[in-house]
Amino acid sequence: MLTFTLRRLLFAIPTLLLISLLIFLLVDLAPGSPLSQIPLTVPPDVRMKIMEAMGANEPVFVRYFLWLKQFFVVEPLVLWDHWWGTAYSADMQRIVSWQSRSPVMDTVVQRLPQTMTVIGTSYILGVMIALPIGIYSAYRQYSWFDQIGTFIAMIGFSVPTFFTGLVLILVFAVNLHWFPSIYDTSLRVTDWASFTQQVKQMAMPVMVLALYNAAQISRYMRSSMLENLGQDYVRTARAKGLTERIVVMKHVVRNSMIPVVTVIALGIPSIFGGAIITEQVFRVNGLGALLIGAIQGSDLPTVQTLTFIFAVLIVLFNLIADILYGLLDPRIRYD
Amino acid sequence: MTDAAPQAVKLAKPRSQWADVWVQFKSHKGALVGLFVFLSLALFVSVGPLVWTKDPTFINPDAVTMIKTRNKPPSWEFPLGTDQLGRDMLARMMKGGQTSIAVGLTAMVISITLGTFIGVMAGYFKRLDNVLMRLTDLFLALPLLPLLLVMAMLFRAPLSKAFGPEGGTFLLIVVAIGLTSWMQAARVVRGEVLALKEREFVLAARSIGTPSRRMILRHVLPNVMSPIMVAATLGIANAIITESALSFLGLGFPPDFPTWGRLLFDGAEYIQQYPERVIWPGVAISLTVLSVNYIGDGLRDALDPRIRGR
Repeated sequence: MLTFTLRRLLFAIPTLLLISLLIFLLVDLAPGSPLSQIPLTVPPDVRMKIMEAMGANEPVFVRYFLWLKQFFVVEPLVLWDHWWGTAYSADMQRIVSWQSRSPVMDTVVQRLPQTMTVIGTSYILGVMIALPIGIYSAYRQYSWFDQIGTFIAMIGFSVPTFFTGLVLILVFAVNLHWFPSIYDTSLRVTDWASFTQQVKQMAMPVMVLALYNAAQISRYMRSSMLENLGQDYVRTARAKGLTERIVVMKHVVRNSMIPVVTVIALGIPSIFGGAIITEQVFRVNGLGALLIGAIQGSDLPTVQTLTFIFAVLIVLFNLIADILYGLLDPRIRYD
Repeated sequence: MTDAAPQAVKLAKPRSQWADVWVQFKSHKGALVGLFVFLSLALFVSVGPLVWTKDPTFINPDAVTMIKTRNKPPSWEFPLGTDQLGRDMLARMMKGGQTSIAVGLTAMVISITLGTFIGVMAGYFKRLDNVLMRLTDLFLALPLLPLLLVMAMLFRAPLSKAFGPEGGTFLLIVVAIGLTSWMQAARVVRGEVLALKEREFVLAARSIGTPSRRMILRHVLPNVMSPIMVAATLGIANAIITESALSFLGLGFPPDFPTWGRLLFDGAEYIQQYPERVIWPGVAISLTVLSVNYIGDGLRDALDPRIRGR
């Protein structure tokens, strides 16, 4: 297991390097890059100065390696300094946004809590809804509960999140006035009143994402349960005279959870992608909104860094899913 | 003896494989309803504009009339009302559906062709397998939505210049979606091809000296058609959702060329006063995707010989 983990970790490094190169080249070599959008009325020497100030006059590979150094050496050092009060990164150049002229990572750290509260709550809620539904619809396959569950799950991943979001706004914000339609990120939870306000404004984005996640996970849970319910060990357990409750909850659910846990781990990075849209619908000032803002403002360093952070998340959770699978299922030996 | 009791023994009519598939498909209620809904939507957007000949981009040049016909509720003249510039919503829904469904179909063709090609190559030629599968893993690790947004931002202006605003955006979105969604198909096809290579008929074909090219076209491809078709239907749904997500984020088609996603994006600003402008395109997208997903579900059952005929 340890050798497998180490091998996978080593393999993740070239993958990440390739992805970073791909993202960097795509963003940098594209014909629509903002460097070509400096007005022609700007005299050539001023244009050169602008490009120099942006660091854009160097050859592409110099800039790529500079960016790599900034991402993998400078930014972790800054974090280290921040935690331990040292000063290793004192006069190093950080990745600076073209829009705000401040380090990209500072903005990311500011935006992260908003995204995490909304996404984290919705994912946990989605899993908590999905598991019982999946278990029960598999146990009573083709019952009316199963039929309705299948239909709702189909709707859950067919209806795009931006439409469910707008419908919820229409029903709960415009008509019923229960929840605010715009997320207030400056709200600080200090007492009961502000806590209820926070719950109210989180209700709709969390509902949208939870429905979407629950739809997918409940399907996986159901099919995994169905596969296990037909196995011989279930018949053995029943023949031994175990109660139905213990057969299902102890034997079948435990075994069915193995693939579902990895699916849950694999789904985490993709919900960050889905959150881009949900954040736009509910005006949550999180990472997705930061990315959209950077794209609209042609802020290349921010776009590159954020996209790469998403890629790191995907690679990381793929790794976690693989390791979890090996740990949970004793039949699987990677070595 | 020649014409003695010609109809004495009546054999059951030989059925082709596709007739069997159809029989199984028919028994899946959801898939049948899905097929009906999808065909009606396709008819609505393709034949509809021939019947309802209003121009979806017509803005009355006379400012007074334009202002008077703005934001109309549904009436006989405008069955779905008009938008904030007095354009007919029904005509816009038809035009938007045309673009959305066209994007879905074209992107699906690109991604399936690419996925099948890479899958067959990886499965058939051992030398290419490792390289191509690492490439697939690499693509699977890419953050797709952010990359699509970046591609839309960077390539929209130059492509619009080269192919006109509508053609350029169409090309960009279709290619971008196709390039970022072939991985699942490639993986499935590779697995099937690997299993097929071990079968006797492939060995027989190889033993009479069939060259690789004919082997793939004659023996391998027809046998991997079923997973490809299932992947294709799901690909349409995925492409339609992605296109409307891009349009919804304001990075898809320009406002003069409506798509369902774009109409939703435009309608979202007026959601308080005119909620129906969000409901119509949203319902259209959801119905299309839902019906396509159900068709895919039915096809998967119908094309699986283990389930068929049970």
